[in-house]
Amino acid sequence: MDRVPILSLGDVLLVSIQVDLQDESVVALQEDLAERIVDSGATGVVIDISAVEIVDSFIGRMFATIASLSKVLDAETVVVGMRPAVAITLVELGLSLQGVRTALDLQRGLAALRQRRAEREIPLADESDEAVEAPAAARD
Amino acid sequence: MADETQRVYALVRSSEQELLDRWVDVAATALQGRLTRSELERACGDLLAALTPALDAAGLNIRSEAYASARAMLAEMSRDRARRGFSPSETATEVFALKEALFAIADARGDSSETIVAVSRWVDALGLHTFEVFARAREQVITEQAEQLLELTTPVVKLWEGVVAVPLIGTLDSARTQVVMEKLLQTLVDTGSEHAIIDITGVPAVDTEVAQHLLKTVVAARLMGAECTISGIRPQIAQTIVALGIEFGDIPTKATLADALLYALRNSGVEVVRRRRTNAG
Amino acid sequence: MSVPEPVDELPINTGDDVVRVRQAVRARASAARLSLVDQTKLITAASELARNTLVHGGSGVARVETVQRDGRPGVKAVFTDDGPGIVDVEKALTDGYTTGSGLGLGLGGSRRLVDEFVLETAVGQGTTVTVIKWMR
Repeated sequence: MDRVPILSLGDVLLVSIQVDLQDESVVALQEDLAERIVDSGATGVVIDISAVEIVDSFIGRMFATIASLSKVLDAETVVVGMRPAVAITLVELGLSLQGVRTALDLQRGLAALRQRRAEREIPLADESDEAVEAPAAARD
Repeated sequence: MADETQRVYALVRSSEQELLDRWVDVAATALQGRLTRSELERACGDLLAALTPALDAAGLNIRSEAYASARAMLAEMSRDRARRGFSPSETATEVFALKEALFAIADARGDSSETIVAVSRWVDALGLHTFEVFARAREQVITEQAEQLLELTTPVVKLWEGVVAVPLIGTLDSARTQVVMEKLLQTLVDTGSEHAIIDITGVPAVDTEVAQHLLKTVVAARLMGAECTISGIRPQIAQTIVALGIEFGDIPTKATLADALLYALRNSGVEVVRRRRTNAG
Repeated sequence: MSVPEPVDELPINTGDDVVRVRQAVRARASAARLSLVDQTKLITAASELARNTLVHGGSGVARVETVQRDGRPGVKAVFTDDGPGIVDVEKALTDGYTTGSGLGLGLGGSRRLVDEFVLETAVGQGTTVTVIKWMR
C-alpha cells in the first residue's frame, strides 16, 4: 500500500494526491494527518487535487472527514486545484462538499489559511487594557 | 429464403478474383480517380472478404450479427470518405459498383432473374447502410465545426487581475451554454482568477434549462474556489426566472456588468476612488 | 484500428476492484472519443455504482463494453450483484449524499451523469444497474 506523503510548509501540512487512492491509503492518510497535526502543531492542511481526474462520493467523504478531523485538532483545511470537469461532475452528482473550504490553487489556499488564522487570533493585551483579577468565589 | 441465399453465395464464390476485379473497374471508372486503384482494391477486397462468410452464415440479412464486421468496415469507409469531402453519391457508388460486377457475372453464368433480384436487394441494403453512416458522419463534422465557431464567438475576457467575464450574446440553447460554461471554468484555472462575471445583457430570453446551467456553473465555480456573479438580467428575464420558480439563492446578481465589476474588485481588495480636484494656484 | 475485447468483465469484491472498474471505463470512454467532461461524468458514475455494488450488494460484477447506435459510439456498463436487492427504489433514486454519513445509495446522482439508466432489482434477488453514455 502506498502511503500518501505529507509535506511541511511552515505551520501548514501539504498533501498532494497524485493517483487513484486505494481504500487503505485513504484510511492511512486520515490517520497520518491526525498524528502529524498533533506532532507538528500545524494550524492548516492543504489538500492539492490538481492531479485528480475523478472525485466520487467516497473521495468527497474523505475530504469532509479530514476537514472535521483537522477542525477538532484546531487546524483549518482547504482543498485546492479542483479541475473544471471534476467540479461540473460534482455539481451534477449532487455532492456539495459542505464544510470543506476550497481555493483555486496552492498559493491562494495558503493565503486563505493565513487569513482565517489571523481572524481567529485572540489579540494580545496592550497598555490600555485593564488587568483583571480573578473573581471572588461565589457565596453560598 | 435459403434458396436465394444459396444462389447469391454461389455467385459470389464462383469467381471471387474476377468479381473483385470487375468491382474495382466499375468503381474506378465511376469515381474518376478520386481514389487510387490500389486504395480501391484494398477497400473492395477487404469488404468482399468480410461479406462472403457473412453471406454464408446469415444470408441476405445485413442487419444480423454475422454482418457486424462488414457493417463496421462499411461504416469506417463511409466516415473516411465523409471526412475527405466525398459526396454522398461518390461514397455509395463504391458499394453499388458491386451490383454491376455481380450482374455481369450472373449474366455470363446464365443465372435466373430471381438471383438477379436477390443480388440487387442485397447490394441496395449495403449501399443504404453506407449512406446512412455517411449522413451521420457529415452531421458530426458540422457539429464539430459549429462547436469550433462557438469557441471563437464566445470570448472569455479578462477585465482585471483575477476577474474574468463572459458576455453572452444571442439566444442560448442548452448545448451552447454548456460549452461556454466549460470554457469559463477552464479560464478561471488558466488565468488564476477568483472572480467570474457572466453577463447576459445580450440575451433576450432564458428558459429553465439555460437557467439551470447558469446556476450549475456558479456552483461549480464555487467548488473550485472562485466566485461567480451574474449581471445584466433584463426585467423580462427576471420575471421569467421568478415565474419559473428558479431559486437563485445566494448567487450574487447585479443589474449591470459595471456593477458586477465593482463588486468583484471590492471583493479582491481593490477600491476604485474618484479624486477630488483641487484648483492649482 | 485494433478491435478491443467485446466485453470487459470485472469482479467487484474489494475497494481496489472499484479502481479497476474506473480504469476499464476510462479506456473505453477515451476510445469512444467522449469529451473530457463526459468521460469524467461516466467514470464517476461507474465509480459510484461499483462502490454501491460492493457496499450494498456484498460483491458483484461489472461488464463494460463499447456500443454503437446510428453510427455513434458509446460506452455501456452493467453492474450486477446478488445482494439483498433494493427495498425502496424511490428513496434509492433520491439524493442521499451527505459527505458525513453517506446515507442513501445516491443513484439519482449517477443517473444524472449518464444518458441512459436502467435499474432492475427485487428484494432478495439482487440488483442490476445499466448505464450508457454516448459520444455527442
